[in-house]
Formats: sequence, C-alpha cells, structure tokens
Amino acid sequence: MAATATKEGVERTIADALEQVGADAEEIKPDATFEALDVDSLDLVEVAQVVEEEYGVEITGEDAQRFETVRDAVEFVANRAS
Amino acid sequence: MITGVGAVSPLGMGASALHERWAAGECGIEDGVGRCRDFDPADVLSKKEARRSDRFAQLAIAACQEALAQAGWGDELPHEAERVACIVGTGVGGLETLETQHDVLRDRGPKQISPLAIPLMMANAASAVLAMRYGFRGPAFGTVSACAAGTDAIGTALRLIQAGDADAAITGGAEAALTPFARSAFAAMDATSKSGVSRPFDARRDGFVMGEGAGLLVLEEARAAHARGAEPLGELLGYGATADAFHLTAPDPAGAGAARAVRRALDDAGVAPDQVDYVNAHGTSTPLNDRSETEALKAALGEDVAKRVPVSSTKSAIGHLLGGAGGVEAVATVLALRDRVAPPTVGYEEPDEGLDLDYVPGEARPLPERRNGDRRSPAIGLSNSFGFGGHNAVLCLASR
Repeated sequence: MAATATKEGVERTIADALEQVGADAEEIKPDATFEALDVDSLDLVEVAQVVEEEYGVEITGEDAQRFETVRDAVEFVANRAS
Repeated sequence: MITGVGAVSPLGMGASALHERWAAGECGIEDGVGRCRDFDPADVLSKKEARRSDRFAQLAIAACQEALAQAGWGDELPHEAERVACIVGTGVGGLETLETQHDVLRDRGPKQISPLAIPLMMANAASAVLAMRYGFRGPAFGTVSACAAGTDAIGTALRLIQAGDADAAITGGAEAALTPFARSAFAAMDATSKSGVSRPFDARRDGFVMGEGAGLLVLEEARAAHARGAEPLGELLGYGATADAFHLTAPDPAGAGAARAVRRALDDAGVAPDQVDYVNAHGTSTPLNDRSETEALKAALGEDVAKRVPVSSTKSAIGHLLGGAGGVEAVATVLALRDRVAPPTVGYEEPDEGLDLDYVPGEARPLPERRNGDRRSPAIGLSNSFGFGGHNAVLCLASR
C-alpha cells in the first residue's frame, strides 16, 4: 500500500510514469511543462493511476488541469502524501 | 482512380508481398492462424503512437503509409485537407484492448482501467488515427458490417467522391482479433476450421481460418488525380451492397442477396457479365459460404460466364481477415488485374459436388487478353465480401 513519500521518491515515480506514457526521458525535468513533453489529459490520468496505487493520493481531473510543470505534480503529490 | 495500395498481411509487409507470394501459391497461415508475424509497430510508429492505438489501427497505419507513398503523396497533401476522406472498416475494432482492460477491471478494480481503453477499442479508431496522423480533414468514419466492412468502406468512399463530398479518400479495412475471446467465440459458432487449413471451395473445407491484417487504397477523383500527374494503378468502377434478410449467420443458400450485390456492382460499373475477367471470391472455406457464393455467381453472371471466369480466394493464402478482408482483397485484386493474372486458390484439390466453377487450382494463370480495336482492354474483376448478418458487398475493379 501507500509507500512513504519522499520528494525524490515521488519525483522518480512520476518521471517513470511519464516515460511510460511516451514522454522523452531526457526531457523530463522539474521545470518541463506537460505541454512541452506532449503529455495530455489522457496521459495524466495514467500517471494519476500510478501515483494513487503507489501513494494512495488521488489526483482528480480538476487537479491535473492545474498542473503546468512536472514540479507542480510532484509537489501536489508529495504534500498530500506526507 | 486508384493511385496507391498498401497492405499488411500474413504473407508479410506490403502489397507486393501479398500479391507476389499469393501468386506464387504460398500460404501465410501457421499453426491454424494467419498472423502478421513480420509486423513490428516500432518500424512505423513512435512509442506514443503505438501506445495510443490498438493493433488493428497500427496495422492500418502501416498499410496507409505504404499506400500514400505509392500514390506519391508527400508531407503536403496533394488535395485540400478538407476534401480528403478516410473510411476504414473493421469487424470488431480494438478487441485486444477490450479484453486486456476487462482483465484489469476484474483483477485490479475499476480505478485502474486505462483512460485509453475506449479510444483504442472504438471501431472508428483506425480512421481517427489516420486522419490525425496525416491531417485528413474530410469525412472520416468506420463502416460496420462484419466481414463485409472493408468492402463497404471502399464502396462508401467511392460514393463520397462521386457525390462531390471529397476529392480523394484513403479507404479499406483493418482487423486484429486473434484473441482468446474471438477465437473461442467463432469456434463456438462452428465457423472456424478444426483442421486449421483454409481450403476454399474444396470438398474437405471445414471452416475459416482466422487472420489479421489491413489493406488500404488511395482513391482519387480522376480529374484531380490527372491534374497532379498521378500514376493510375487501377480503377474502382462500381459498388453494390445488399442484405440477405435471411439469417443471423447463415447465408441464403441460393445466394440471392449476394447475386443482387454482384449485379448492382456490375450495373454501377456499366460492365456486362461477360466482360468480367476475374473474380476475387469471398471464399471463406466454410461449407455454407462457398456453396452459396458459387450459386450467387452463377445467378449473377449466368451459368456459362460463371463457369468460364477464374474465381479464386485470397483466404486460401492468408485466412479470413474479417473486417480487414475486403481491404486486403481489394488490394490483391487491383494488383492481380494490373499484372493480368489470376492467383490460385491455394491448396484446392478435391472438387465438391455442385461447386463447379474454375477455382484456379494449382498455380496462377494469366488472364486472357481482350482487344478493343488496336488497344488492349482493361482487365475487369470483382471483389466479393459477405458478412455475418447477411451483408453483401461487391466491388467492380479494373486495370488501367
């Protein structure tokens, strides 16, 4: 169930999930925008499913809409998980 | 006018592999299925595209890429994007996605279902991903008529061009349903072959062999194609579609509905029965289809013509591609007519009582030449597709 969430751990989980949905691994950085990564709302649902399984943190569609960068998503999850 | 063709089939990648290997009497069926073993999505798709398409749509993308290249379409569309249609038929769409995601639902719960499940499995997915990838902005949709879907797609695309709704269309069929569910379900109907051998029209036939693949054509309005200096590969002269209104799965034994579809396609093309040089049969290798199709050809063409015209089934070489069959078989017919050859019904050896047409046993045979004054007449052929539900669809095609 819910792993202990370190920011690094969340970062890694989200980066792995983004790579899974087809984002270029080299481009996945905290400041990268989802638009630049070509990650859309469907991809973010898949990322959210991984996060929920890993940390028990739910990311709703509304939450995801507010994410611009990878950092936004990491901070959202790290805050909720701790 | 047909300016490009593309196919992925159990005989390999490309329309040439399909045409040349079939004409050489080869068979792509292994272990009782016609799988596209040479297809690797990574050859044509980015990782993201591959994740965002079911296998049936991936096969369509590969076939489309080939067809467009042959038609000489570069990065810029040669027609207004709004006037390019994309009509792709399928029998069941993204069945593999549906089955995989149903496992997820059962094993991991509703919250883990992929958000891509619906867009991957929907029956219009192939036309949608092609439209997106290449920027076709005209009419785009799938046709749904079981094993006649690919042929109905091509006929519908012809009508869109004739009606002035499009100047060009990418059209055909795609299927990838070699899944445990589909295989068990067709077996439960007693439709598939227990021997695992596809031998249409042969006395020993015992059902169809499932296959997968995609076949697409580029159709262009003749003046628009001439205007851009396109090289014609063949012509789509006519289309006919009817329903048996008889039984959920069994064809009308007299083939009356199929015969009407053949006649309508000929009338639409302005072609007389005795002008037909070749018939690419639906020829599934089921006891019922091959008998009723034989009856239908006799009724539609007349007994004499039906017995004279070479009739062969692509399914003897690749199995039954369901909704992909009409697309792949149209491609095979276009190339057979271009090369003026009747490919064989592979494996046909034992005649069945009443099934007395020329099914092209043994090896490919040249089509007889006809002359109109000094000029060689185009070779004319039919491509038949019939679907569960009693759907009959027939194309009349010609070489240039």
